[in-house]
Amino acid sequence: MLKRKKNNRVSNEVNAGSMADIAFLLLIFFLVTTTIDIDKGITVKLPPWSNEEVDPTKLNKRNVFSVLVNADDQLLVRGELAEVEQLRERTKEFIANPEKREDLAEKPTKAIISLKNDRGTSYETYIQVYNELKAAYNELWTEKLNTMPGYSDAIFNNELPLEIRRQVRAEIPFVLSEAEPTNFGEE
Amino acid sequence: MSKFTKKRGKASPAISTASLPDIIFMLLFFFMVVTVMRSSDRLVDVIVPEATELTKLEKKSLVNQIYIGKPKDQYRDIYGTSPRIQLNDKISDEDDIPIFLEKHKIKVPENQRSKITSSLRVDGEVTMGIVQDVKTALRKANQLKINYSTRPKAN
Repeated sequence: MLKRKKNNRVSNEVNAGSMADIAFLLLIFFLVTTTIDIDKGITVKLPPWSNEEVDPTKLNKRNVFSVLVNADDQLLVRGELAEVEQLRERTKEFIANPEKREDLAEKPTKAIISLKNDRGTSYETYIQVYNELKAAYNELWTEKLNTMPGYSDAIFNNELPLEIRRQVRAEIPFVLSEAEPTNFGEE
Repeated sequence: MSKFTKKRGKASPAISTASLPDIIFMLLFFFMVVTVMRSSDRLVDVIVPEATELTKLEKKSLVNQIYIGKPKDQYRDIYGTSPRIQLNDKISDEDDIPIFLEKHKIKVPENQRSKITSSLRVDGEVTMGIVQDVKTALRKANQLKINYSTRPKAN
């Protein structure tokens, strides 16, 4: 009995020296194949497909903020030429309407952003415009959020509780309608 | 003096490497978790534009990618120079999108299918015409959650 025990002890220790080599091999494989690119971008919810065109004439004109981007990447905001840099401020002013002007949105819940582009508009410009519009809403949401108790320095983002986000978005809903593009300037 | 140095030399034993595999394994697991296997070769050149209002796409398995851009130099003889759509590892038309979406959908558990997002990786220089065609195809296929892939803008 005693002898047996002794024997066992001899074969007990496995050489773990090569373990590191194996792990290194795997490590190098994963190092090479890894692409740490977290997919980031502007998330958009498209409207469901329907053959009926929305008639924009039914809407009250003061509630519509029309943005047109033509094939030369020029911007027409509410009938006048504009730059992308001004878009964020103008959108914010239009939605919030702090001075209660007659020609801006009655209230945030009624505001509609209408975006229209040509088929020849470059994607980069389109994204810039979309980004500015989204940024305007994000800033307004943050301002709204800061008026709520307990969130005075918070920034509106996806980490907030869903309940709070819903509440803020109910006050200032993101309504962006995209019209079918015109056929100008396609390659 | 010589006594001192001799003693010191003797006192330092070999460093134990027993914990080395553990450290390496830790690194290994980290890379295994963050690894995304490049599933398909890129046939089109895509440099996505920059933006600031970004959302992170969390679950890789719920995302399908649609690339739009000009074919790479070595494929120009076959596919031409105007922007094309790439689905999986093939150059395709917008008519192929419903089948592509369906193929991705069957791999996703049924209760998560409403969370499927299409990531549009579009080159900045592409015109909106082809993007619009893809959007229309997605709307017709009832794939409404999309994400315009962009790079974060450096201030």
